[in-house]
This record gives sequence, C-alpha cells and structure tokens, in this order.
Amino acid sequence: MTMIRTFEVRNKLGIHARVAAKLVSVAVRFRSGIFFEKDGSEVNAKSLLGILTMACPQGSFLTVRADGDDAAEAMEQIARLFEEKFGEE
Amino acid sequence: MKSQQDKHTAVLRGVAVSPGIAIGKAFHFDRLESQVSLYKLRDKGLISHEIKRFRDSVAASVRQLREIRRKLGRLEGMDPLYILDVHIMLLKDRSFLTQVTTFIRTMGVNAEWAVRMAIDKYREIFDKVEDEYIRGRFSDIQYAGQQILRNLGGRQKEALPAMDEGVIVIAADLSPADTAQMKIDRVQGFAIDMGGKTSHTAIVARSLEIPAVLGLERISRSVKTNDDVIIDGSAGLVIVNPDPEMLLRFERKKRDYAETRRELLADARLPAVTGDGHAVDIGCNIEFIEEIPSAVTHGADGIGLYRTEFLYINREQLPTEEDHLANYRRVLTAESLRWATIRTLDLGGDKFFSDPKLAKEMNPQMGLRAIRLCLREEELFKVQLRAILRAGAGGNVRILIPMVSGIEEIREAKRILAELQEDLAREAIPAGQDMPVGIMIEVPSAVVIADALAREVDFFSIGTNDLIQYALAIDRINERVSYLYEPLHPAVLRLIRQVVDAGHRAGIPVAMCGEMAGDPLYTLVLLGFGIDELSMNPLAIPRVKRIIRASTQKEARKLLKRVFSYSSASEIRPYVEDYMRKRFPEAFPVAES
Repeated sequence: MTMIRTFEVRNKLGIHARVAAKLVSVAVRFRSGIFFEKDGSEVNAKSLLGILTMACPQGSFLTVRADGDDAAEAMEQIARLFEEKFGEE
Repeated sequence: MKSQQDKHTAVLRGVAVSPGIAIGKAFHFDRLESQVSLYKLRDKGLISHEIKRFRDSVAASVRQLREIRRKLGRLEGMDPLYILDVHIMLLKDRSFLTQVTTFIRTMGVNAEWAVRMAIDKYREIFDKVEDEYIRGRFSDIQYAGQQILRNLGGRQKEALPAMDEGVIVIAADLSPADTAQMKIDRVQGFAIDMGGKTSHTAIVARSLEIPAVLGLERISRSVKTNDDVIIDGSAGLVIVNPDPEMLLRFERKKRDYAETRRELLADARLPAVTGDGHAVDIGCNIEFIEEIPSAVTHGADGIGLYRTEFLYINREQLPTEEDHLANYRRVLTAESLRWATIRTLDLGGDKFFSDPKLAKEMNPQMGLRAIRLCLREEELFKVQLRAILRAGAGGNVRILIPMVSGIEEIREAKRILAELQEDLAREAIPAGQDMPVGIMIEVPSAVVIADALAREVDFFSIGTNDLIQYALAIDRINERVSYLYEPLHPAVLRLIRQVVDAGHRAGIPVAMCGEMAGDPLYTLVLLGFGIDELSMNPLAIPRVKRIIRASTQKEARKLLKRVFSYSSASEIRPYVEDYMRKRFPEAFPVAES
C-alpha cells in the first residue's frame, strides 16, 4: 500500500533538529519505507541528516510518501505531528 | 616579515564585554581542528581495518553520549536532552555512515580524513540553506563528528596548544565546557562570533580580567591560527593583521590602560564610606577560586556571591562533600576578606548544555532549577549544605538560597539545615553555629511577600539580572526583546525599594549582587535606597568605591527622590546619565570616536 500526502510546515522555526529528530523517531517505528519530497528531491524519513539537509522553513510544503503494509498508520502519526506543529509555536 | 604585505588589515566590530587591550597571536579554537592526522592508506588490505576502526569509534561515541545522557537525565529530567538524542541519531544515520565508508573505500584514506570529508560535504550542503536557523544546525553534525574524531585519536586532546606565550582565542562559539577545559592562564584575549554581555564567556573573561569581544559574527572565518590580532575589549574592536603604525598606537593604549588601572587600584582598598559617614560593604562575585586574588587587589571587603555551579558541571561524577568543602575552605583563606556568601546550586539548563540555541527554545529560567531542583533532589542538596556548614567552622560563611518564590521553600531549606546540623553534632564533626541564612530576591513574588520572608531569614540579596527579566517579562537571551531590559524601569526601582524597606523594617541587611550593583551609573541610585552591601565583579569595585567615597547619602536620597518623580525609564535614564557624567566626569570618560 502506498500513501501520499502533502503538508505545510507551520511551526515558527521550521524543521530544525528537534523536529527532525521527532519525525525520525516516529518513522523508524514502521516497517514501511517513508520518504519526504520537496522541490523535486526526496529523502529517507528515517535519516536525520536527510531531513535536515532538505531545509524546510515555516511555510514550506512537504510531500510524504509511505510504502508498505503499515503505511496508513505511519501516515496518520506523521500527519498528527504536522498538525500539532510538532508541539511548538 | 615577508608575508606582512600580502596580509591585509581588517577591523571587526563586536560587543565589548571585558575591557583591556590584548595584542598577540590568534589561536583558532575549533573542536574539529584538534590536530587530526590525515593520510592515504599504504595498501588496499588496510581498508577493511580502517572501516572497522571507524565503526568502533562510532559505537564508542554512541555509548559515551548515551552515558552522558543517562547522567544528565538523572539530574535534570527535562527536555534539552533531546540535543544529545540528535547527536546519537546522527551517529547512527546510515547516509552519514555510508558516506564515510565510501570515502575510505574509494579514495583509500584513513578514517579521520574520511570523517572530515563527510563533514565538509554536509557543511557545503548546509551553507546553501537560506534559513539561518537550519543552517546553524550544521553545528550538531560537527559535534557528532568531533566525538568520532576524538575516539579515533584514542585520547583526549588538549584544548590549547603548548605555547610559551599567550594566545588570543578565536572561535565561532565557546561553551562553558570549552572554557573550563582551556589552560586559561595562556589566554590573553577572546574574540568570538557569538554571544553578548551576559553570555558565559563574557562573565569568565571579566572575572579573570581577560580582554574580550563577542558577537563578532564572522571572526572565526576571517582569522587563522597565528595571525596577528589586537583586541580592544573596551571599545569592542578586533584588528586582524594590524599595520605597524596601528600596532604602535595600540601598544601605547595598552600601557595607558595598565597605568590607569594601577592608579585606580591605588585607593581600591580604602573603605566605601560616604562623606556623611554611611558605610557600604563591597562584596565580590566569584565563580572560581582563582578569582580571589583579583577580588583582594580590587578592594573587595568580602565575597558577596560565590557561585557554586561550576563544581557540578564539566566533571564525570557529582561532587562529593569533600570536593565542596575543599573549595569552600579555600574561599576563606584570604585574610582581608571579612565574609563569604556561598550560594547553593543555581543550576539551569543554559549553564548545563553547550548549545546556545537551546536556551531560545525552552524556558529554563522558569523551569526546575535552583532551590526547586534542590528540594526535589534532597540528597544532592544535603551534600552541598553539609559542606557549607562544615566550612562555617573555619570562618564567616553565609548561606544564600537562590530562586526562592514562596515561604515554604525557605522553611523547607531551613528544616534540612537544622537536621544536618544535628547530624554533624552527633558525628562530632566541627560545623559553623548560627550561620546566617539568606535568600536571593529575584522572583517578583518574593518582593511582594518580602515582609514575610524577612522574618524567616537573616539577610536578602537582590539578584537584579533575574528580577528584571522576570518583572519585565523579557528573555535576556532573546535579542529581539533584550532592548526592554532596563534596570532604571520605574517598576524595577520600586521593587528594589520595597525589598530594602521590608528588610530594614525587619532589621536584616539587604545586599545586591546582580550586574546592576557593579555598574557605576547606578551607584548613587542604589546608595539612595540605603542598600547595605553591593557585590560585583572585581573590575567594577574601584570605580564604584570611588563614587561612594565622593558622595553623600543625602545627595543620593535627593537624586532618588527626583528619579521617583518620573514615570518612565525614558525620562529617568537621560536624567541619571547626565547627572552622573557631570558629577563624576573621571568615572565616565567620553568615549573615543
């Protein structure tokens, strides 16, 4: 199963180290392959460096692709992080 | 010199945080530049060995960071530990690991070289990022890389080179741990990209009388080790590769500065008594035992604030009672110092972790720190209190409890003290009797109930840095609101008046130990309040004493009365500045342009 959704980065500081670490710690819990795409380049959501090098300041859009049998649940949890602005302002 | 012509002179402006002139050779402090040897592997057979060496040191790094995390976790129980998680995650990041092993395999270089190349590659990527905050996150990759390099080297590198003469330390940023590891007697000056007046490096530099300019933004990129550098810590200037004429001018300035200082120090030991006979005790704020000689030469009457946090950080294990005691006893060795006020642990997140950005993200100032942490970790608190009580047997020691916001905290602390006193008596260990116990007044709630608190304690000490920050609701570290930090805000002045009056009505002395106490601009205002003790960094003492000796309390009261007739800092500040400049022209020289 493949799920694809696009999210806006809404917290003030964008995807910085703490947020990236949160995303990774969620992504590694799933068997599915999870990837973030922005401006044509794709990174592995299970790699902190990958996410950081993508540079997502506030207001940028990010497309998440989850591939595998637990993709739906993975997407749901990632969506929650975005919706809660990663627990930040 | 041959290379003199092709090096061009550059002048950088930053924040002047510690006065004086330093002229010397630059030493570029970079955690990564700890003299890593880079070489090509002699034959292909060594590749797998090199990869194994790399993997082993990564594993060791992860273990070490986890261990640090575990130790800190026990103490703090707060969020900032995430930064260690980030570093651990980076160390386990497959794209990073693959990158390094690929470099070793395809280019036949040693592990150190491969790690450096991988870091450089990420530096390149991060440099291109427009968002400044994310760009700054490159430092995390550097930290992680540094950890690996250190393990590859198999030993801890010295933080400063073995040089005969002193060096001027150039760095992008310095954490408290960095400065603590330096051979500080070799440091002639600091020139740092980050930081401001109240950052840790500034405090260390001031207290050790090392000229320093901070907030230079780009100096770490424009200066190399061994460049000639002049630091003017009074004007906030750094001159790189000065031309000979400039050099001469600054050498003269350096001599003048030393002379002025000598002259200032000449009467530093005279007591601070006003013309109409009002005496003010002058204390010195210290953080390290090494600062005591400086306190004495600058004319301190006592140690008004001994910060004990550095006994806790930058060490493998928590300090034992004996560790504490050894330090406290040494504080009491200077005969000319009449008392020593030891402040119990005032640990906050900003002092514990090296990432300066961290402080912006959380709220350590209002978190679990100081007395709150000590009452929760009672055993930790007891170790320190026992040592202070024992030190009290050998001199005039006062106990100062920070961050008190309500009466329960001081009652609880006193209960613990009484218990310990009994224990010590039972064990027949000598301890001070009836030692004065005071509290820091730095939380606005403590000001409001100062009358009630005054009945519980033997003295107050006003911590203006935090009090101003809490009362005006501004984060000192946040540059966007730091302009609101204003000691002459009428609200701040009223708070101070309320504390002094409450203390005096209850018959207890009131001290002040924040930055405000050491700024000569405020001396007359504070004298007007009738504060009994001002405690400050040693450099500030001679000037403040001179102003006190040259004035009368009558005059100070009159000035304060006028100050209270205004309703805003924008009226008070020009009035006070103008008054002080005219009244004490030699204490406020007109700045050179």
